[in-house]
Amino acid sequence: MNIILFGIVNSVVLALLASGFALVYGVSRLANFAHGALYILTGFATWLFMNRIGLNYLLSIIFSILIVTIIGGMIYRLLLIRVKGLPASEIIASLAIGIAIMEIFRWRGFISEAYMLPPFIKGSLSIMGVVIDWQRIIIIIAGLILMLSLWLFTHYTKVGLSLRAIAQDRRASMMAGIEPDKASVIALALGSALAGISAVVILPLGNITVETGYSVLINAVAVCIIGGLGSWMGVLGGAFLLGFAQILSTAFLGPNWQMVIVLLFIIITLILKPSGLLGKQKRLEERV
Amino acid sequence: MTEITRRKERIDRKIKVLTEDIYAISSLRTIVYILLPRFVFIIGMLILPLMISSMAWQKILIISCIFSLLAISYDFLANFVGIVCLGGALFIGVGGYISGLLNSVLKLPLYFSIPIATIFGGIICTLFLIPCLPIRGIYFAIVSLMYPLLFSRVIQALEIFGGTDGLPGLDTFPNIWFELYIIVPITLIVTFSLRRLVNEDFGIVLRAIRDNEQAVIASNINVNRYKTSSVFIASIIGCFAGAYLAHLYGWVGLSLFALDFSIFPIAATVIGGGGTLVGPVIGSIILAPLSEMLRAFGPLRVVFYSLILAGLVIYKTEGLVPFLERKYHKTERWVDV
Repeated sequence: MNIILFGIVNSVVLALLASGFALVYGVSRLANFAHGALYILTGFATWLFMNRIGLNYLLSIIFSILIVTIIGGMIYRLLLIRVKGLPASEIIASLAIGIAIMEIFRWRGFISEAYMLPPFIKGSLSIMGVVIDWQRIIIIIAGLILMLSLWLFTHYTKVGLSLRAIAQDRRASMMAGIEPDKASVIALALGSALAGISAVVILPLGNITVETGYSVLINAVAVCIIGGLGSWMGVLGGAFLLGFAQILSTAFLGPNWQMVIVLLFIIITLILKPSGLLGKQKRLEERV
Repeated sequence: MTEITRRKERIDRKIKVLTEDIYAISSLRTIVYILLPRFVFIIGMLILPLMISSMAWQKILIISCIFSLLAISYDFLANFVGIVCLGGALFIGVGGYISGLLNSVLKLPLYFSIPIATIFGGIICTLFLIPCLPIRGIYFAIVSLMYPLLFSRVIQALEIFGGTDGLPGLDTFPNIWFELYIIVPITLIVTFSLRRLVNEDFGIVLRAIRDNEQAVIASNINVNRYKTSSVFIASIIGCFAGAYLAHLYGWVGLSLFALDFSIFPIAATVIGGGGTLVGPVIGSIILAPLSEMLRAFGPLRVVFYSLILAGLVIYKTEGLVPFLERKYHKTERWVDV
């Protein structure tokens, strides 16, 4: 029971982390390696708004997510647009931008244990004998709401439909008058917003550290690769597979093995089936 | 928008055209024209250790030579075979650990442990990378980036090879001149022999694989054999660097699998210019001292470093060596449109 419950929480966390990365990749075919940086940027921004400027919790969350959204869009519009279509340069450039953002925080001295966000609702409850705190329940709920709203957004709004169109067939959607660069800006902004939302939901579980950014990036990439880059169901499947694998390995083998399992999964998936478990590069309906 | 009325035109210098075929050896002037850049590079590399007097900078030169070996192997795989391999840390780690184990467990002197580690490390790395050869591009890059992380975690989890403490007390080189004049000539030899290799028939096949793998398969050439041998070449270069590094510090540890060894070669190749093989060496020799100087800024160093890298990748994709090559071979003039 313990394992099932925490496995679900862990899987939802992973799905949240990976959703932004998957969205960006699905629409713009751009591996946004600055994802982890945007994640911790939201955390620190929220902390700064709360403790330096003195806004209340909700307002600072909203402001920091807005800021991260704008920054994400700007990164594409001003920088990455120039290296579009050169995969190696895209990765190097976005990783370099991400590392720059993260290391600025380390330089400013954001490395003590004081940097943590308060949980939304304090306390915990017990489900069938397992004590679980409210924040983890909120994560699950937030994950569900986010997935549902993303689904609605990509199926029933004009912008969402255009994003899906770009992901499915670039040429045809350009003929229909959708600008791929505009769509990519929107996708990157949205992806950053998703990173931000997942950050404010997940970060109250622990401290905000610079290293979180790197591990978030590795986890997001792992989930997307295992599930299949650019496949929406694949992200969910990959997240659950990896989430339970991590919890099981921690429970039975010890915490040292958690990262080993993640890396092994990535390598084995890539070698056996590079397009991922559900990533059928040809079946286009699965993207976004 | 202002109307463009003139543009820059680039024309080959007369002497460049003269030196293009066998008549190049007919006059001293053309021979000098061909040999001058190579000569400057070789002599420069050989004299550089003598010109710097302080021990610290000599150490930095050694480190930059190690990085340039990694960068050459990255450049060779990426721009001549089309395999983007971020396995620098893998090569360094495997080579270093094998050499360290041979030295500390079997008590082999370093004159034996380094060559053995080079060959066996190359074989082991190649065996690990063979299953990934059918996948290309970003996927191969991710796998080769994950291997070193995986190895360091496994060593940490199993507590083998000294666990998190590493293996201390390895043999070191007798003196600094010995260290310098092993690594510098080897860097030169590797650079020029790879340059020769990519211009042989072997290299033509490799470049064909990079451009169009299907066409090479259709020509009844065993692509996997070529890819495997080129990965082997790249890994023995990297493993030598790792084994050398282990004996330079007299210590092997988990930091041999650090991400720096995978990222730095890319940065050096970007600065020096990819596809030239000399570019990565020059890039490393610029970048390593630069990052040493930036050390004074503490954590801000990494920020500068990655901003420079991002700026170069985004705004100046050409690299130093192709730029110099162009200036050397061509004249520019403005012409009216």
